[in-house]
Amino acid sequence: MEYFAKEYEIIVIGAGHAGIEAGLAAARLGCSVAVFTLNLDWVGNLACNPSIGGTSKGHLVREIDALGGEMAKVADKNTLQTRMLNLGKGPAVHSPRAQIDRMTYCIDMKYILERQENLDLIQAEIIDLHKGKESLWRLKTRFEAIYSAKCVILATGTFLGGRIYVGDVVLEGGPDGMFPANDLAKSLRKMGLPIRRFKTGTPARVNRLSLDKEKMEAQHGDNQAIRFSFSHEPLSKKDIPCYITYTNRETRDIISSNMHLSPLYSGKIEGTGTRYCPSIEDKFVRFADKDKHQVFVEPCGLETEEMYLQGLSSSLPQDVQEKFIKTVPGLEKCRIMRTGYAIEYDCVDPIALRPTLEFQDFEGLFGAGQFNGSSGYEEAAAQGFVAGVNAAHKVKGKAEFILDRAGSYIGTLIDDLVTKGCQDPYRMMTSRSEYRLVLRQDNADRRLTHIGYQLGLIDDDRHEVFKKKLKNIEEEHKRVQSTVLAPSQELNALLVSCETSPLASGTRLSDLLKRPQLNYEALTPFDKTRPDLDQEIFEQVEIDIKYEGYIKRQQAQIEEMRRLEKKPLSPDLDYAAISGLRLEAREKLAKVRPLNIGQASRISGVSPADISVLLIRLEKGPVE
Amino acid sequence: MLKDQRTIAAIATPRAAGGIGIVRVSGKDAPAIADKIFKAKSGKLPSQSEGYRAHYGKVFSKERALDEAICLVFRAPHSYTGEDTVEFHCHGGLYITQSVLRAALDAGAFPAAAGEFTKRAYLNGRLSLDRAEAVMSLISAQGEQAAQAALTALEGSLAGEIKTVADELIAAAAKLNAWVDFPDEEIEDTDPERLKAVFKSALDKLQGLLDSYDLGRAVTNGVETAIVGRPNVGKSTLMNLLTGYDKSIVTDYAGTTRDIVEETVNLGPLVLRLADTAGLRPTDDPVEKIGVDRALKRIERSSLILAVFDGSDSLTPEDKALLSKCAGKPTIAVINKTDLDRNLDLDYIRKTIGTLVEISASQGWGVEALTKAVEDLLGTADFDAGAAILANERQRQCVLRAANNLSEALQGLESGMTLDAVAFSNEAAIEALLELSGEKVSDAVVNEIFSNFCVGK
Repeated sequence: MEYFAKEYEIIVIGAGHAGIEAGLAAARLGCSVAVFTLNLDWVGNLACNPSIGGTSKGHLVREIDALGGEMAKVADKNTLQTRMLNLGKGPAVHSPRAQIDRMTYCIDMKYILERQENLDLIQAEIIDLHKGKESLWRLKTRFEAIYSAKCVILATGTFLGGRIYVGDVVLEGGPDGMFPANDLAKSLRKMGLPIRRFKTGTPARVNRLSLDKEKMEAQHGDNQAIRFSFSHEPLSKKDIPCYITYTNRETRDIISSNMHLSPLYSGKIEGTGTRYCPSIEDKFVRFADKDKHQVFVEPCGLETEEMYLQGLSSSLPQDVQEKFIKTVPGLEKCRIMRTGYAIEYDCVDPIALRPTLEFQDFEGLFGAGQFNGSSGYEEAAAQGFVAGVNAAHKVKGKAEFILDRAGSYIGTLIDDLVTKGCQDPYRMMTSRSEYRLVLRQDNADRRLTHIGYQLGLIDDDRHEVFKKKLKNIEEEHKRVQSTVLAPSQELNALLVSCETSPLASGTRLSDLLKRPQLNYEALTPFDKTRPDLDQEIFEQVEIDIKYEGYIKRQQAQIEEMRRLEKKPLSPDLDYAAISGLRLEAREKLAKVRPLNIGQASRISGVSPADISVLLIRLEKGPVE
Repeated sequence: MLKDQRTIAAIATPRAAGGIGIVRVSGKDAPAIADKIFKAKSGKLPSQSEGYRAHYGKVFSKERALDEAICLVFRAPHSYTGEDTVEFHCHGGLYITQSVLRAALDAGAFPAAAGEFTKRAYLNGRLSLDRAEAVMSLISAQGEQAAQAALTALEGSLAGEIKTVADELIAAAAKLNAWVDFPDEEIEDTDPERLKAVFKSALDKLQGLLDSYDLGRAVTNGVETAIVGRPNVGKSTLMNLLTGYDKSIVTDYAGTTRDIVEETVNLGPLVLRLADTAGLRPTDDPVEKIGVDRALKRIERSSLILAVFDGSDSLTPEDKALLSKCAGKPTIAVINKTDLDRNLDLDYIRKTIGTLVEISASQGWGVEALTKAVEDLLGTADFDAGAAILANERQRQCVLRAANNLSEALQGLESGMTLDAVAFSNEAAIEALLELSGEKVSDAVVNEIFSNFCVGK
């Protein structure tokens, strides 16, 4: 029998990386929140690779942290090893990545949700969702409890209508042996959401004790551990190695001769797969002349021998998987613990969402994470945070929370999704940001902490520490600009050895730091007045100085972009009635319903001439 | 992206020869730009001028005087656009107005888009709603026209050439980005030397396009050509032969053409803007003298001179004076009246003018030889009408911006800048090139990464 259980202000469906950040942000902003999950033991499951961060994803994690989210802190606590990727390629593309103990990560996340004030963490399958009376959303669980909420955030990951493929075996299911959310999928389709099918996949896991490590190259973490969070929690000292090995001709031959057994190529899977995360069979099909693909063997935790085989994602039959995996050096005698599979799931066309991640046509309904067509834990967490804050602001009657492209990767991610949509699962990449010399991982706090503080998700203590940091940076800037180094034999010898020109007269320290060949470290013996500050202060000052010209140009682009963002467009604008717009532009604009001219100008199929027409219309005042 | 705070400039008069050409500059930097390119005789700076004031002076490009002009200053909101506006009223003729426009662009203005002055006028409340509606259709109509224009051979091959360069740069950007975005993958290290080679080759191609700009303009706008010679050698007959109808009055009386008669004709792939001038001779007739002076001036400013001689006559002092006037200028000696007996000392002429063509204007002989000589002289003989050239200021500005960004990328590489910064300059170059086709950089690069690199877990 159905019964009414409870009313919340906000209900989050799903306790993955998106659901967690959404639930925590909303509860911390004072709303009553319930987070529903199909399985309480897998809160924040790293269902695919056991790592967090990496190029551009590391940026996202640090941004979430600067705004007051949770992912960075829990990741820092559970690292198996950390690395700063892309050192030597320039500060804009440095990216932190950590191998994570997935089991303890889940335990920590669950514990944090459990202890969060205003938040109930509940294991239950939601089987129906619809708009009830008084514009409240009504949710029904498998065990027939009815919940209601002003706002609902859908963070269903790969569970929504999940279907798993291994060879010719097809089963309805979610990751890691969990069951799928099929009834909810039906309910959402019935409601009229623009649902479509995407596909992703995961490789097999093997037992570390069965590996021949001699045949693989061990990869350790950096000597100096790094952290994601700006909150200065103690650093983990662990350094569990990963291993690198490669596929070969034999691997390819086995896969090629069994391609007809792959559900991807036999036409069984209709979902669109990720371009950036191809299965090994995809790689051999698309890059037919290449036998050698890298395999990255990653530890899954401290108290487990399970290893993840990055690069060998596959949906071939289990026996074929076993055969081709054993062709790879180091894996010849491996014992497989889990089989790789492809998973197809329901997600939404994110064009239907506003930049707040609320549906244009369904008030109070939000989407986050893979449900919105993205891919990746970090992308999910970022959206979860933004959806959670916006749902809370809606409940509280506060202003919408929108981060723009010029200020963060999070803003770029969401703008790309809701403005351009995505034809395959969307992964963050540094190349997606046109402002990447300014949007660095090292300055995420300088870009976003004040916003987190205004939201009320960064506390006073942390804000004080941050302000102190800003002050230190400012003072150090002043110091290097006023400190003059006199030419000396020793200094000039150093300069020559660094392949830069010697000094003829006294030169400002800042001018020396501007030279690409020099840095703080090299100048240490000559910099007598250097204060005792955190390394991160010097890093900020050095980057500011070295890239000043580029940063200024980006700032100018950003100003231009923000000016257009300030010209609002009504979401109710009837584009069909605006004469002068080309047909394609009318259709696209009506679908995306951009919030402002800036967003409109980024829609593909909207030309500068269309924008001129819109500007004129905009000046005409409100359109009936 | 729309840049409606930029100061914009364009030629406001029709693109045809006329008495007066107006270049309009509108936006907050207009007075400052005027300061850079205009020197008033009074010494007053346009930026110091009140609105509704006219100043007489000269327009300069760098240090070189382009033309005498009147500079009109309008102060916001009292101008057509409602913004600070400066207009340069110079002598008509596309060459001069284009030069003035280019000076304004080089001084910091941006080329105005179709209908942009009017759009601004509306946005600033200077135009009524119905006018604004008219502008809307104008803008979309012009968009259609531009799309049509892109289908022509000229624009199409330019687009092709730019796309070739853009594709090379996009491939480099994709490689840089794949190398950055997928550090665990086996993407070979980006070699700065190879990157340098790519940038250099792209820069060379862009430079070639920029060099083609004047040629392109010659093809689309015409080459200013003067037909000169002493009286009655057959200048007007030649003019009429080339234009195909009796534009100039032809009589047997010397000195019939007393002022300059202008006409545009097609000669092979080229457009010549022909000016038939008064016959050169010493004269006391004040009216004829004015014509002669003008003809002499015309020799100074023309890009091509057709010096006409009477082949049936011997060289006169006027002929010799003309030869010395034409020395060192792009000149073709046109030996007319070859249907009559030859009395002219051709070798004497060859000492000064390298290109000789024999014609009989009255019989219509020798037009082909003349065409070929013109093509050879202007370096357009190998010119393929379908070849890539830059035909307008907007294209030139985009290519120029791309070239500047590439130079910056090369400088970055030379000075040992990290590749993230070099990539930024490269992408700015791509953006400038793609602006002509409306594609977006990040989409292009991301697509390229996925189609060329096997990346991902």
